[in-house]
Amino acid sequence: MPPKTTSEKILGSKSGTDARAGDIVLCEPDLVLGTDGSTPMAIDLFEQMGGRGVRYPERVILSRDHYAPATTNATRQFHDRMEAFANQHGISLLSVDDGIGFSVALEAGMVSAGSLVVGADSHTVTCGAAGAFACGIGSTDLAAVFLTGEVWLRVPETSRVVLQGALPHGVTPKDLALELVSSLGIEGANYQTIEFIVPEERTLTTEGREIVSNLAAETGAKAAVFPTGEWASDEGSGIVSEILIDCGTLQPLVATPHDPASGLPVGEVAGTSIDRVFLGTCTGGHAQSYREALDVLDAGNGVAQGVTLVVTPPTRSVRLDLERDGTLQRLEALGATVTETGCGACCGTSGPIPHENTKVLSTANRNFRGRMGEPTANIYLGSHITCAAAAATGRLVDPREIL
Amino acid sequence: MNPTIVGRARVLPDRVNTDYIISSTRKKDTIDPSQLKRWLLEAVDLNFARTVKPGDILVAGQAFGCGSAMEVAVTVVTAAGIKAVLARSFSRTYYRNAINNGLMPIVCDTSTISEGDELSLSLCHDRVVITNRTSEAELTAAAFPSFILKILSAGGLVPYLREHGRFPEENE
Repeated sequence: MPPKTTSEKILGSKSGTDARAGDIVLCEPDLVLGTDGSTPMAIDLFEQMGGRGVRYPERVILSRDHYAPATTNATRQFHDRMEAFANQHGISLLSVDDGIGFSVALEAGMVSAGSLVVGADSHTVTCGAAGAFACGIGSTDLAAVFLTGEVWLRVPETSRVVLQGALPHGVTPKDLALELVSSLGIEGANYQTIEFIVPEERTLTTEGREIVSNLAAETGAKAAVFPTGEWASDEGSGIVSEILIDCGTLQPLVATPHDPASGLPVGEVAGTSIDRVFLGTCTGGHAQSYREALDVLDAGNGVAQGVTLVVTPPTRSVRLDLERDGTLQRLEALGATVTETGCGACCGTSGPIPHENTKVLSTANRNFRGRMGEPTANIYLGSHITCAAAAATGRLVDPREIL
Repeated sequence: MNPTIVGRARVLPDRVNTDYIISSTRKKDTIDPSQLKRWLLEAVDLNFARTVKPGDILVAGQAFGCGSAMEVAVTVVTAAGIKAVLARSFSRTYYRNAINNGLMPIVCDTSTISEGDELSLSLCHDRVVITNRTSEAELTAAAFPSFILKILSAGGLVPYLREHGRFPEENE
């Protein structure tokens, strides 16, 4: 057998073919995710396809995370529609407060190495952190998976990113992810799989891998995998490029408006006033990140006058952890607004919308104009620590000055 | 098979993201593309929706359709009667959503095409030929794999699956 990349191995196994980069293959995914942003349209399309039965209902998980909770008639109807469809076909439907679909799947250990995960959410790539080939699909694709159990995929070429060394104190996986997106650029890995090689295990936590895989979507990557064991790319397989990131030399970064690939050391824009800080969504980290953010806020004497701090735990289990040890209560006591679990304010579909012409610093993954629902707002992206430091001071500041 | 599409070029800049194609704000009240097309590309050109004609061909630069995977950014384009988009590059989700909706995404060097040029696209078996009837220039692009061509020819994956009940197979 000629050597194969991770993508070729996984897509070959799921399609029953000798899949090679450039081939179009029909695959049976192991896990299929749909959100309230994409599933209502998929249900319509499924019916237009003449769909009666769902081929593999046990492989599907639907989440109500983008409009959590539903606050308009239209979004309430989306949720009703999903509930009726899930009941009719025996599909799992997460509760509104369960949180972000792929984050819940990862937490529950439903994503395994060598599996194929597709989700009608561009940040499904996050599941690559667990060694899966995971990619975003559209609503038509989702409808077709409901009907046939299959998805068509072009087998991508693979670029390799070696993550060497350990992150210094005050520098987080989010900073590493912003460095990755900024160095590859917005189309740097278009249509490709990025595979991450971590020579020393301790370099990145599970949470860190999830953040890095997630942000890789902004480079145009189809999948962003941390391969393990038998699924690792073979020696001599067709890796088209390789870059090395020395984690030890990284600094806290922020992406400036309106481009996630515009990462700069926060020191270069230090002093920029910040009106709102958002800690949350699928790149805000697990419970530990919120605890670290609280430590920074404590060290900085709480939330600065005039700053709104919005906190949105990504999943119910993170929320429960943070309630149990009092972190959420302490954040609230410092003036934070804690909102319902889910995608929150990240894409302007739930949670508070920024005011006109204000500046926001967020743990999210995208800062396109209008992303949070207000086109005149200027959104910066940074780590939970950089966000907490900005909340404490009302300005962009290198968090290592506070830690 | 050698189908030809003829239309007027509507030139767009680089990095037109899905929010510029159709704003999220507009999607809060409806996702019906026949309604949303009134605001097609308003962030790029306020007059676009008023001046677009069925059969027009979008001619974009790099990273067309970057941003979210929201499929409405494709269906709003097809609702306006557009059958093809030429671009230097597409985001992968826009590219596959386009195919699934019967909108032809063609990757080529679009830098020589001007607003209003009359273009003709011919799908030959080994390549796509783009003839600029205004400037008399000719461009070529890679042919679509037969799998994708079958979906495009059916008008998208919904009509294809409605008719066949399963995906195209090789050698069909």
